[in-house]
Amino acid sequence: MTPLAGRHRVRLCLRLVAAVALTLIFMFPIYWLYMISFKTASEIYAFPPKWYPSSFNFDTYRVLFRDGDAATVGNSLIVAFCSTALAMFLGFICAYSLARFSTGGKHLANWIISQRMIPPIAVVFPIFLLYVWFGLVDTYVGVILLYTAFNLPYVIWMMRSYILDVPRALEESALVDGYTRWQVLWKVLLPMCRAGLAATTIFTFVFAWNDFIFALVLTRTEVATYTVQITHYFGGQSNFWAKISAMSVLGTLPIFVVTAFMQRYFVRGISLGAVKG
Amino acid sequence: MRSGQRGTFRERNFKYLLVGPAIFVLLLIGVFPLVYLLMVSFQGITMTETSTDFIGFANYRQLFSDARLWQALLHTVIITAIALPIELVLGLAMAQLFLDRLPGRAIFIALLVLPVVVSPIVSGATWALLFNHRFGPINQIIGWFMGRETILLWTINPNLVYPAIITAEIWQWTPFMFLLLLAALGSVDRSQIEAAAIDGAGWWRTFFRIVLPAIAPVMTVAVLIRGLDLFRLFDIVWALTQGGPGTMTETISVFTYIKGFRQFETSYTAAVALLVIVLLSTLVMYLLRRVELAR
Repeated sequence: MTPLAGRHRVRLCLRLVAAVALTLIFMFPIYWLYMISFKTASEIYAFPPKWYPSSFNFDTYRVLFRDGDAATVGNSLIVAFCSTALAMFLGFICAYSLARFSTGGKHLANWIISQRMIPPIAVVFPIFLLYVWFGLVDTYVGVILLYTAFNLPYVIWMMRSYILDVPRALEESALVDGYTRWQVLWKVLLPMCRAGLAATTIFTFVFAWNDFIFALVLTRTEVATYTVQITHYFGGQSNFWAKISAMSVLGTLPIFVVTAFMQRYFVRGISLGAVKG
Repeated sequence: MRSGQRGTFRERNFKYLLVGPAIFVLLLIGVFPLVYLLMVSFQGITMTETSTDFIGFANYRQLFSDARLWQALLHTVIITAIALPIELVLGLAMAQLFLDRLPGRAIFIALLVLPVVVSPIVSGATWALLFNHRFGPINQIIGWFMGRETILLWTINPNLVYPAIITAEIWQWTPFMFLLLLAALGSVDRSQIEAAAIDGAGWWRTFFRIVLPAIAPVMTVAVLIRGLDLFRLFDIVWALTQGGPGTMTETISVFTYIKGFRQFETSYTAAVALLVIVLLSTLVMYLLRRVELAR
């Protein structure tokens, strides 16, 4: 072995050790959170803390399903799904118009993205007052409408960036072939943007799924999402930790699975399209 | 070949029909509330006062004398000023670590991404469990290093709450920086780096002269996105301290929430919310002009 190859190997080993250490550190909070849901009360409140349960016990999950707490995950699913579908539809057609006709010029595009930057706490306050007025507090319609509006700027911005990447020539030749603009939009452009649509859909869904502050203010009991439900367990003693943990598992596991499959879309999605991933 | 010349009304206005519904929703949920907010901010509605008479600029005058508000703003800035650079540097170091070939690279990256998709309220709750003074593992681990039982009150002790919040924040968002910077590093022109190496430039010199300028635009965007997110920080603080002890860790979002939904100072909260919107919009407009976000 030449000295150079040896040094190379040592370097690779050091990098590998660093990588493993980093991953363990970053995974530890999730591990700890997940493990609590399987511990018995005496294991959770053991001192010094126990790092793993003696056996996997699903009692906490059983309680969550029995008491109906787990239904809040269903609420999250309903509002996230509906608002995502709505935001994707409205956002896609709007993005097409912005990308191909420069509708409203740069100002409209900038205004739309600036809507995304407004802090939720500032808009949720007047919306709450408005919803009280219209009787929309704690309704699916109210929450879905708000998530749709909150996600729209993101969808429009992302889809505009993807549509701009599709060559115009394809659409023009379809127009010559006698397609209407509407048909071009759905039959020519949509299939070309599949990757972008998938990535944007996932992110829109995750935003709605993970939201806390809007749901905290605008839901009570009927449509409370899982994030709100988790905070109901705060501040308690006894078995509340187990519930926080089990509820978090129910709320994060679906997203983890999706993330695993959508890895390659991630970079562009989280960077608002600024970094082509 | 412009379709507008021969098109029907429908054809000519097609582009507006497409934009219409989205703009309508944005106006309804984005702009209408702002107008309403403006109106309420000139009234004097509180928990006990329901009169909608206009009282002029009283709420706005109160903004300037409200020490708690400016402290909340300061807390937000402090957390941002500490967390953001750490996330950036740590993310960059991690990106550098995973840039070249490494066994299991894809698996490491897939795992490291997970904190980003955890709901911030869940990560706040997670860190509350980890930082628990008695049943959490962090004090236990510190105890091992100290060689004796250590009880640190992370969410209560004024000296420890900020480190706790910032740790949770860094854990959740460093992977975000890492991902963006990894993509950016991957697209740096290799031939330039090799040319620099042939010219005898050391690693650090190459890094600062060639790599860093090349990834600067991505770094700017990443800092911009994260900076704005940090300005709105709510969930993690809510889960860990609810702004406490006292009002020590109130961020601007936590402050607004407590004023509006705990103390029901409706009109004053409207003024605060408007102040936040004006501050942030000015910042965003300025930055958007400076940085070309996505072409």
